[in-house]
Amino acid sequence: MAGMFIHSSSYLAQSSTSIFSPAGTPSRWIFTLSMFVLSITGLIFLVVAGLLTYALIRYRHRNLLTYNEPTQIYGSNQIELAWTVIPALIVVMLFLTSSRVILATQDAKKPADAVDVVVVGHQFWWEYRYPKLGIVTANELHVPVSDPAHPTPTYLEMSSADLDHSFWVPRLAGKMDLIPNRVNTMWIDPDTAGLYLGQCAQYCGVQHAKMLLRVYADTPKEFAAWVAQQQKPAVEDPAVAEGREVFLHNACVNCHTITGTMANGRFGPDLTHLASRDTIASGAVVNNAANLKQWIDNPDSFKPGALMPPMHLNDHDLNAITAYLTTLH
Amino acid sequence: MADSVTSLSAVETIDVTPAEKPRQLFLEVVYDWITTVDHKKIGLMYIAYSLIFLVVGGIEAIIMRIQLAVPHNTFVSPEVFNRMFTLHGTTMVFFVGMPILFGFGNYLVPLMIGARDMAFPRLNAFSFWISALGGILLYYSFVGGVGLYGAGSAPDVGWFAYAPLTAKVFSPGHSTDYWTISILLSGIGSIGTALNIVATVLCMRCPGMKLNRMPLLSWLYLVTSSMVFIAISPLTAAQIMLLLDRYVGSHFFDTQAGGSAVLWMHFFWIFGHPEVYILVLPAFAFANEIIPVFSRKAVFGYPAMVAASVGIGFISMSVWAHHMFAVGMGAGANVFFVFSTMIISVPTGIKIFNWLATIWGGKIRFASPMLFSVGFLFQFLIAGLTGIMLSVAPFDWQLTGSYFVVAHFHYVLVGAILFMIFAAFYYWYPKVTGRMMSERLGKWHFWLMVIGFHMTFDFMHIPGLLGMPRRIYTYEPGRGWEIWNLLVSVGALIQAIATLIFIYNLVHSYYKGEKAGNDPWDAWTLEWSTASPPPAYNFATTPVVHSRRPLWDIKHPEDPDWNYE
Repeated sequence: MAGMFIHSSSYLAQSSTSIFSPAGTPSRWIFTLSMFVLSITGLIFLVVAGLLTYALIRYRHRNLLTYNEPTQIYGSNQIELAWTVIPALIVVMLFLTSSRVILATQDAKKPADAVDVVVVGHQFWWEYRYPKLGIVTANELHVPVSDPAHPTPTYLEMSSADLDHSFWVPRLAGKMDLIPNRVNTMWIDPDTAGLYLGQCAQYCGVQHAKMLLRVYADTPKEFAAWVAQQQKPAVEDPAVAEGREVFLHNACVNCHTITGTMANGRFGPDLTHLASRDTIASGAVVNNAANLKQWIDNPDSFKPGALMPPMHLNDHDLNAITAYLTTLH
Repeated sequence: MADSVTSLSAVETIDVTPAEKPRQLFLEVVYDWITTVDHKKIGLMYIAYSLIFLVVGGIEAIIMRIQLAVPHNTFVSPEVFNRMFTLHGTTMVFFVGMPILFGFGNYLVPLMIGARDMAFPRLNAFSFWISALGGILLYYSFVGGVGLYGAGSAPDVGWFAYAPLTAKVFSPGHSTDYWTISILLSGIGSIGTALNIVATVLCMRCPGMKLNRMPLLSWLYLVTSSMVFIAISPLTAAQIMLLLDRYVGSHFFDTQAGGSAVLWMHFFWIFGHPEVYILVLPAFAFANEIIPVFSRKAVFGYPAMVAASVGIGFISMSVWAHHMFAVGMGAGANVFFVFSTMIISVPTGIKIFNWLATIWGGKIRFASPMLFSVGFLFQFLIAGLTGIMLSVAPFDWQLTGSYFVVAHFHYVLVGAILFMIFAAFYYWYPKVTGRMMSERLGKWHFWLMVIGFHMTFDFMHIPGLLGMPRRIYTYEPGRGWEIWNLLVSVGALIQAIATLIFIYNLVHSYYKGEKAGNDPWDAWTLEWSTASPPPAYNFATTPVVHSRRPLWDIKHPEDPDWNYE
């Protein structure tokens, strides 16, 4: 019960997704650059809008009775040259500053201690595979906090199983698309432990809106513990053997994997350590027994258009399978 | 030169009273409009058709804004929401923006260059009707799009329809086919009309109207129509490839069989970005006619204005991949597209500064056309500046696909283009109908529109900065997005009310408006020398011009423009 409380409160404690509160190197570079661009454009706005406002007030037509046409002026080469050259110089300056950040981000050298994660976008959920660590999980990405003195960034190798998606956690980095038949890479290096939220930013069908992202930046100790936990085989609790049987004798196994059982489907999220996650349905609802049961019974009640079908189980089987899944820590 | 002045005066003094019309039966009127090849009637049909779609697209926008007013709203289902944004985007770009601008072009270009019709009147009628069929097919998908039990009706792939969402496996049924074919047809219509405008401008100008004496509006329509050839062709090619993928089993975009999703993006955006300029150049065209007349001064730096327009036309062909900064292009490609995108702000800046200089030292009359033009100047300035932010690729990695981008391009499409379209309505309505639009309603329309517009699109930038992606049918509470979304929705309703006032004004003034006469604004271009409404033949005798402002020369024989050009 206490665990459930912690889970729900950590779910409700929404952290900011503002691009102006960066918590990693790429997003901080972008933040600095954006402040520079905002001040330049702000200045241009003040000057041009100021002149416009002045002209509109100063040259408004006042007296209808003594009307005569104003002096006709057809142009001036000097003035026009000035307002061609000055903007061109501003453009060159902005171009050089942007190029520097582009090259620094895209051509950054990968340190030896970097963590590798393969990210696969699916219709309305995220698959995360850690090839070096032998971990497969879904929807909640765990990465180590990166200490500037000894950086441990996480390199994400991204592709898609179906449609175009886009990985966007604003406080950590800009977007990178996940495109089928193509591998893109990006890197993140959160500098503070905590939960960073985001969501899919490329329209990918009915439930694009609830393809939420959760990145947990763990301290090195927490991360090591999480890795050790995820590397364990699935819990086999004899108390819920009946639920396991229900799971294994239904269509669940076609789409989901639980290591150590015959369930090895790849279409839906890996459930080996389902109970260790805070949320289900790609971050759409809190992971607790009641929600899990409702999700299995009718996924559309949380996420209309989700690709998981309603399982049409009787209440007894539904309770058994839910009890089984809640033991998969 | 004395001789030329008399020939110009002849334009004004010839008998232009329309012949008395015999009373027509209703069916005769309908037959007349359906079979017409008169550029003015075709222009008006284009405009009427786009106004209908403007209302339809507006209703779709309102449905989306009601759904997004509060988090976890259930006003519409996700499926319906997705159809709404697909139809809203497709409708507004292909069946409002393009046809309304072609409508004005059709009506105005021949009149302003002293021609009696377009170069190819029957091609003109064909282009209109094929575009109209496109729009009807798009909406027929509600009836005919299902095709398969459970597959959605209207298209729901988004207006840029990224592959592989459009593949048969992800979009079963026929809704995507209706989308594709409607755009194919409207593209054929656009190319026909563009060809017609280019031919008309190049070949049909009246005696004395050299290219460098053309009204800027004709110049901009020449540039925009030339761009249509280059921009629409790849779109048409891509739509045909998509149809082949869906029905013949080719694999251009079918990623499940090794096709490329990025290929579609390139095809779409090499159409899509020039398209923005295709839509905005006619808005500049209106500004170039209206701002000088209401400031009572010749446009400042005519040659620079022409050069900037042609420059924008060329550069706009090389900026498309700035829509793709987040698809994982190499650093070299990203750097190139940052540069090409930024450099387009130089000719655009020249335009804004030249309009400022046109106003400077003038005697500004704030009638409705000028009010909307002033709104345009400020809003286009802001749209340009947020455009610079988006051209900075790293900043764009954060902003692309978010509500910031949605706010930015609506600033261009509504704040600049739609505002200038409204200005053009107030300005040329007296010419078209012979009656003035109500100034009182015009002011209500303007101020409500300004309030609604800024409430909607200023505040819409903020949720984007706070991490809200576009095209989501609902959102999570607690991220600071709620209040902004609510304000945006209220603003949208205010804009809807403003638009209804405008439409009421259009209808009301047709019957009750003050008589306008030939030249109510004391303007300088040829269309104001003929009757309002102009007779079918436009000009009884072909006008002869000697400067960029033929009517100025007539009104100021002591100080004609040709002394200064």
